[in-house]
Amino acid sequence: METFRAFISMVKDSIGYITHGSKVYHVWMFFLSLIILIGMYFYAIQLEEGLSATGMTDRVSWGLYISNFTFLVGVAAAAVMLVMPTYVLKDIDFKQAVLIGEGLAVAALIMCLAFVVADMGGPSVLWHMIPGIGVFNFPSSMLTWDIIVLNGYLFINITIPLYILFRHYQGKEAKAKVYVPGSILSVLWAVGIHLVTAFLYEGLQARPFWNNALLGPRFLASAFAAGPALIILVLAAIRKFSEFKIEDKTIKKIALIVTVAAQINLIMLVSELFKEFYAPTHHSESAYYLFFGLDGKTALLPWIWTAIPLNVLATILLTFHKLRNNLNILYICCFMLFIAIWIEKGFGLIVPGFIPGPYGKIAEYTPTWVEIWVTLGIWALGAFIFTMLAKTSIGIELGKLRYKKKRAVQTETT
Amino acid sequence: MGDKKKWFSLDFGVSKGEAVSTNSSCGCGSTSGGCGSHNAPPKKEPVASSCGCGSTSDGCGSHTMPKNEYLITAEEFDAAVEGTMVGETRKDGFQQVFDVKMDRRTAFRKLTASLLIGAGAVQTSCSAIAGEETKEKAQIDWEEQFKGNYKLMTQEEKQATVDRLVRSYQLRKKENIKMSATDASKDVLFGYAFNISKCQGYMNCISACVEENNQDRNSQMQYIRIHEMKDGQGFKFNEADDNYYHEVPAAGHFYMGTQCFHCDDPPCVDVCPVEATWREEDGLVVIDYDWCIGCRYCMAACPYDGRRFNWSKPEVPEAEVNKNQHYLGNRMRKKGVMEKCTFCIQRSRSGNDPACVEACPTGARIFGNLLDPDSTIRWVLENKQVFRLKEDLGTEPKFWYFMD
Repeated sequence: METFRAFISMVKDSIGYITHGSKVYHVWMFFLSLIILIGMYFYAIQLEEGLSATGMTDRVSWGLYISNFTFLVGVAAAAVMLVMPTYVLKDIDFKQAVLIGEGLAVAALIMCLAFVVADMGGPSVLWHMIPGIGVFNFPSSMLTWDIIVLNGYLFINITIPLYILFRHYQGKEAKAKVYVPGSILSVLWAVGIHLVTAFLYEGLQARPFWNNALLGPRFLASAFAAGPALIILVLAAIRKFSEFKIEDKTIKKIALIVTVAAQINLIMLVSELFKEFYAPTHHSESAYYLFFGLDGKTALLPWIWTAIPLNVLATILLTFHKLRNNLNILYICCFMLFIAIWIEKGFGLIVPGFIPGPYGKIAEYTPTWVEIWVTLGIWALGAFIFTMLAKTSIGIELGKLRYKKKRAVQTETT
Repeated sequence: MGDKKKWFSLDFGVSKGEAVSTNSSCGCGSTSGGCGSHNAPPKKEPVASSCGCGSTSDGCGSHTMPKNEYLITAEEFDAAVEGTMVGETRKDGFQQVFDVKMDRRTAFRKLTASLLIGAGAVQTSCSAIAGEETKEKAQIDWEEQFKGNYKLMTQEEKQATVDRLVRSYQLRKKENIKMSATDASKDVLFGYAFNISKCQGYMNCISACVEENNQDRNSQMQYIRIHEMKDGQGFKFNEADDNYYHEVPAAGHFYMGTQCFHCDDPPCVDVCPVEATWREEDGLVVIDYDWCIGCRYCMAACPYDGRRFNWSKPEVPEAEVNKNQHYLGNRMRKKGVMEKCTFCIQRSRSGNDPACVEACPTGARIFGNLLDPDSTIRWVLENKQVFRLKEDLGTEPKFWYFMD
């Protein structure tokens, strides 16, 4: 009962804490709310008109939504790169970053689910997917695997930080016996969510561009580059805008992870390009379309030729210790890498899978404004959720939110 | 599919033959081939046309031949359906599915019971202003929204949803439609052959298909695509034109049609997260439009461009609506669901050819029962050099091409 009362008190305190803040904080949250509302307005248009409001057609049937979904699964999986050293290898440097990383994973997963729902033709019958109530085509459909792993990962990433923060809120130390097994599970699970998402595409014999054994490993490498890169940027922002102390050492260690993952990703990219272009077959046409265009259709060229130089440049810069240890250069590199991988794992992966079509038809895809605004709205939603989670956890970690203190105040007044 | 092989192979000679022999209780089974009319090419259901008991169920209650249910009364149909049910439940593979289905259904009913009561209360309170028809519409909409997957329904549930849909159409459009829920016949496996030498690219098949299957007119959805290819260059689909508007046959060109190939090991069925699409016993790959959630995974999985999505609300002018419908076939679809060629299930299961076959002026299209050794399709497969597209993918399409 005492625990329950403490929990209620934590929820109340958190709500109070996230609704108060500096002017910058309020402007930021207002800005995000505005984008979310615009996104909701455009989603209402999409609901009314159907998916014809998007740029997708029978020829290219997945677009911006699924691209973002795929990328964000990677971001969510990347939280593991912080969890593992902290909890399993007992590297204390990361302890500050790990709550942030897990908050990021939760926000990314909610965005993933939102993108999938936005892409559905019939969101009103989504209950057909719920095991027990609907029909769950497990294990045959990889999409059902994805539902299980994403929701499981969301559960793990909510419960572990919740437990730790709740203990700290009560002024107690979190018991390693309780959260370490969960952390180890989440490490394995993170690899699982990304591999399963890759299998979603890898398992389609109809799409040679995806039906490629390297897809899964490359997903992992790019995720472990882009995810921690985003975490570095977020930590930099938190350092600037809050009193939360994050040491340079922590950021530099995460930078090392980003560097190694980006290097591996680049090696795999070279291997992929070699396979597609050294002995091109009929199955290389999608890659040709992506990198050089086919039949004068070149919609993806500006994207991919932005991504590749950014990716290569960022990886080279990060490789040099001197440059990487300069935080300003590091932040620029992380931003470049994040953009490059967002293009590569999003647009550059999903759209060419459909082009050329099963009979060689080349029909291009351009997202509409409805799609773009819904996408921005979902990103804003993710940022909104993350800001709330991060603010609460920072408040508790800094000791600004404490159960005991509040009780003492209460007893004094009564 | 416990014994599912790594490399799937289509087998309509041996295993299905047993099904034929066990099912010849009505005395005019097609095993013996004694039912005349086999040599008439387009008639693929020799039993239904010649056995004399095709349209009256009293004579041979338990036989599972396709029936033209439009000629019989509801009671007779129910009785016949009861008959098929016996055969249905004997299938061991389905037994488990039926059991699971019951659990799900009851569990779901319990979960939504309170909601139902609430909705009932709202309806009653509104009864002073709402008319009987409005209430009935609301009731139908409610039940339709929360009905189960057609594949797992009992015969009664299937009939109930069909009745609701017919009644709903009546209430909304003041028009009567006929909708059937005929199940697959046990000794039938549908197949299709396309004669490349004969096709002249007239596209009569496409317009017949659109009219027959109530496809959306606004987006000009078509299940069939005719690819115009240059002579002397072989099959170069990527250079072919599937959207031409000139006089045909164009000199120096030949034509090839594609549509859903009704694969025997369809990748689209495996990937569906909710089992809204499946392969029927007679080989047709069908969709329950009301169960589909519109994720379009099947579309990505199909190597043959066989699937279509309703990007907006499909519209068919009332006068052009084909009112002779099947639940799994050409009934009206809604926004945000998949659809595809069903070999005109509403026609093929009542012994007719699909609309494309009937409309083809050159006779390039052959349709029939692969298990009937005397059918034209079997003759084509046995006497022509046939091939299929993308056989290396191992999906075993039941759609063959051949040349004279």
